[in-house]
Parts: sequence; C-alpha cells; structure tokens
Amino acid sequence: MAGVERKTKATLSEAELRDCFREMLLIRRFEEKVEERFRAGELPGFLHVAIGQEAVAVGVCRALADGDVIASTHRAHGHSLAKGTTPNELMAELYGKLEGCSHGYGGSMHLYDVERGNMGANAVVGGGLPQVTGAALAFKLRGEPRVAVAFFGDGATNIGMFHEALNLAQLWKVPAVFVLEDNKWAESTPESQHSPLRDLSKRAEAFGMKSMKVDGQDVDAVYRVAKRALAHARGGDGPVFLHVDTYRLHGHYIGDPQIYRDKEELERIVETKDPIELLREKLGISEDEYAEVDAEVQAVVDASVEFAKSGTDPRPEDALRNVYV
Amino acid sequence: MPTLTYREAVRDALLQAMRRDESVFLMGEDIAEMGGSMGVTQGLVAEFGPERVRNTPISEMALAGAAIGAAVQGMRPVAEIMYEDFMTLAAEQVVNQAAKHRYMSGGQITVPVVFRTQGGAGWSPGAQHAQQLEAWFVHIPGLKVVFASTPEDVRGLLWTSIWDDNPVVFFEHRTLYGIRGEVPDEIEPIPLGKARVHREGEDVTVIATGRLVHESLKAAEQAEAEGISVEVVDPRTLQPLDEQTLVDSVKKTNRCVVAHEAVTRMGFGAEIAAVIQHDAFDWLDAPIERVGARFTPIPFAPVMETFVVPHAENVLEAIYTTVGKR
Repeated sequence: MAGVERKTKATLSEAELRDCFREMLLIRRFEEKVEERFRAGELPGFLHVAIGQEAVAVGVCRALADGDVIASTHRAHGHSLAKGTTPNELMAELYGKLEGCSHGYGGSMHLYDVERGNMGANAVVGGGLPQVTGAALAFKLRGEPRVAVAFFGDGATNIGMFHEALNLAQLWKVPAVFVLEDNKWAESTPESQHSPLRDLSKRAEAFGMKSMKVDGQDVDAVYRVAKRALAHARGGDGPVFLHVDTYRLHGHYIGDPQIYRDKEELERIVETKDPIELLREKLGISEDEYAEVDAEVQAVVDASVEFAKSGTDPRPEDALRNVYV
Repeated sequence: MPTLTYREAVRDALLQAMRRDESVFLMGEDIAEMGGSMGVTQGLVAEFGPERVRNTPISEMALAGAAIGAAVQGMRPVAEIMYEDFMTLAAEQVVNQAAKHRYMSGGQITVPVVFRTQGGAGWSPGAQHAQQLEAWFVHIPGLKVVFASTPEDVRGLLWTSIWDDNPVVFFEHRTLYGIRGEVPDEIEPIPLGKARVHREGEDVTVIATGRLVHESLKAAEQAEAEGISVEVVDPRTLQPLDEQTLVDSVKKTNRCVVAHEAVTRMGFGAEIAAVIQHDAFDWLDAPIERVGARFTPIPFAPVMETFVVPHAENVLEAIYTTVGKR
C-alpha cells in the first residue's frame, strides 16, 4: 500500500505559503479569465481548465530544483504558470500570437517553455510519459542530478503507454516522478467506469515502483511529499509514483455542462475541497488581505489579456517554418 | 576500396558514431548480447557496454518515446524497431510526438533521434513481418525518411541521419543485409535529399527504392540486351526528395517506371509519378508505369509470396510497356 501522507507540520514557512496562496489564486483567476474570454469568442480552439487542482501544480513545481523538467497534459495552464512561464506569454499563446510561449504554433494543449524546463503539454493522453522516462534516462546517462516529472490524470492510467513507460522507468531506475492527478474523471467517465481498481497506486506498485500518496488540495502536503519523491528519484533510488488525490471543480472543457455529474455532490466538493479556500483558512487570511491579493493577481491577469491582444499575429506563411531544423 | 555487407555497413556507422560522440546510444529489443534479430548490432555491447547498447522490453511505444525524450534532452539515440510492422506500435510517439515537438513548440525543441527499422518479403515471414510501410511516414511533415539499398549508401546515410537534428525514420531491407559492396575507407556522409543514379541510360528511367533497386538493375541488364537503354535512379531519401535528379532523368529519357516493394496503391511511387507528370509533362512519351506489390497482405506460402511482390521481370514488363514493346 502507498504510505498515506498526513499533514503533520508545514515545511514551507508562512511567508512561502502566502506565496503559494498568491500563485494559486493567480492560476485560478487566469483560468477564470480564460473561460470568460473563450465564451466571449476571443480564443480559438478548445480549452481545459484545472480549477480545483491548483495546489498540485504549485506544490510540485515549487519542490523542483533548477534543471528539473516537466511534461504536462491537455490541462496545462497551471503547470506552465507554476513552472515559470509568465501570464503574458501564456495568454499570448492562447490568443495565437508570436509572443506566446509556443509562438502561436501550439495553443492551450501544446504549451512549451524549454528554457524554463517545460518539455511540453501533450494533447495525447499519456503521450508525454515515455518521453519523461527518456528524459530521465538522458540525465542518468550523463550523471546529472536532475529529475524529469510527468503530470497525467487518472484516465491516462488505462492507456498502454502509461504501463510501458512506468515499466521501463522502473526497470532502468531512472530519476523520474510520475504525478498522477487523480481527479476521478476521465472526461465525462467516472473512475468507477474506467478502472477496476479504486487505488490506482497499485498500478505503479505492480511494477515495483515506490509510490507515495498525498492530499492534492493541501499545497503544503503536496510540496512536502513531492520533495521526498524528488529526493528519492534524484538520489538514484529509481522513479516514484506520486498519487495525488484531487478534484476537478469545473467541466472537462470550457462549456462542458457536466450533465454526467451529480449536482449536489459537485456543490459539496466545491464547498469543501477548494484548495485556495482551504489554504486561506489555514493561513487565516483576512477579508481585506484576500481582497488585496485578489486585486493584485487580477491586475496581472488583466494585463496579460491586454498584452496578448496587442501581440503580433503570425503571418499565414509562418506556418511553413519550424517543420524541420 | 574495402567491401562490407549491408549489415556490416550499418554496424560500422553505429560503431563509429558511438566512438565519436558519447551522446549517441542504441536502444531496442534484443540488440545487446544477441546483436539484434538481424545481427546488425552484434559485438557493440562488448565495446560500449549495456548502458549505451541498451536492451529494452518488447515495448515499442515506450522505447520510441524514451528515445524521443532522451533526444529532446540532448542525446542522439538510435532506436531499433525490430520489424517495420512494429512501427505501427511505435507510431503514436513517432507521428504525434517526434514529428511535431519542434513545430508545436514554435521551434524551441530539436528531436535528433533515428528510428532504424527493417522489413520486406522474400523469406516467407508472413503478413506481420514483411510489410513495406515507408509511405506512411513520408506522409508526416516533420519526419525525414531514408531507404537505403547498398552498403555504401546505408552507411553514409545512417551516418548523416545520426547527426541530423530532425527525427529520421531509417528503413533497411531484410533481404539486403547479406549483399556485399564497396565502401570508401572512411565514412563519407551522404546528404539527405540526394538521389543516386545507379546506371545511366537513354530510353527509360526506372526510379526504384530498396530491394527493387537491385531488381531494376537486373531488369535494366536484360533490357539492354534487347537494345533498350535504361537509367536506374534510387532517391535514397524519400523525405526530403531529390525531385530535380528524378525529373532531369525523365526529361532525358522521356519515359518513366517507378518501382518499390510496397503495394502500388498509395505507394511512394504514386507521389513520384505525380511529381514527374507535373514537372516533366511535356517530355513524357508514355504514361508512367508503376511496379509494386499486389493489393494483398503478404502471404506465407513461397509461391504466393513470390507472386505478390514485384521482381525484375515485373520491372522489365513495365519497361517494355513504356517503350511500346508490348
């Protein structure tokens, strides 16, 4: 069984936790703005927000060392921001501008930021997992003390790539951490309909992989357990499966009416599992203080929209660039 | 000039690349002690050790993906996919990931990986170990595709492919591993996108790949005996494609046959025919003939297998047709 990590003591200082609070609220406001602008018809394509899962992105990314890399999923805005991509660069990407973090070639599901260690978000469920194994192999072959981290959801644990990638990672004892953001939903399909297991850690344990479990609504706990997982991987002891229990408070995609979800249950989760509210209570943040931080991050988000809208549109023929080196 | 078999030529390119640069390493099924199912990597683990000649589980998707991940992080992996039939298992990573990372990232990422694979009929392996799927991968922007037919070419092209910063799918042909040919003393890099004119001729151009290069050369000999002068050209790299050399040849001979072992329908020859008819339309004196496998899976029984895939006589028939001899 995975060791269940309980919140015993904070390893982040109160000041650091306040930073986390600000960062999580920034991600929340950013994604709410994305929802708003998408509904207003300003954003092409389709988008997935991770509202409710902010503590996972912030807790894990804060635990990373310089040189560590991540690979993300179609639900990538939070991971990108937490890994250091600026709101301006991210918003510009969603508007399809050259100033975007993928220069307008990627979009919401293909957010990259190589300089800051983001190997890319992936629109194929599980698609990044074998590459994280390979990135970690490169670090191991060169003797570099770096770790490669994969984010993925519970839906991805059913795809063959997940099993092949974890098997190979454990076989080769590469420095990787596989972060399962278990939000209980694969698009509209609940976990009870997509997995015969209630404890998805067993899938990693079947490969002999060390697994750790943590409450993903508690950023402090996520940070602490991620630190341990990273230390294990970095120390040459092999990869770690980090099973994060979390909640998706919004739909699969923006505009998803979630007709498949029990409304009362969803309300209860929103009431009790919002990681930002939980942290706010824990830190005893006053109304005034909250309003101040909120205004500050809202201004950053609003500025990112202005930045994106005044960004440079690619020329149509720019589509012909970057196919080959 | 020394001679090497096609198999030895592949091995020599791998060996010399690994000696030159520590970022080059191999991964694949049974490639270490066994030396790969075709014996290509025999002996390499003794020199470079199991870290750099890395056996993998039977796990094409993960081994292809791990090669991509390592390449993105600065290595130059050469992944062996035992049979090109199994490229279908690796296809997600090759097609959706390797081919698109650079593009989707707006040019931030390079993926210097080579996927070596082999296939082809002629030894009754049946329908799941004999396909020729090169055309699938030419259809994917972002991939380079190589199909070498001689020891010299396979060595020089693999060498270039390893140092290329793009993902390369590198096709070898099962029945060519034993052929022997002259190679330069030192590896001479062959640029990707440069065809080879194997034989000059005046009356018909045969554009062939893989095993069919050799079959076409045989057919050309026979045609020559009957007074038909045949030029045989091997594109060698299917993407990028040396259209100029192919078109120039047809402008000289005014007739064209395309030949490959893959099925004719949607085969690589269809693309060549389209290029030729467009760029050399006014020079053509006859419709372009296509030679390829019949539209069946590859059968097991040798008589059926021989019937399904093309040989020199099929190329010869096509040559006759273009010159109006039939």
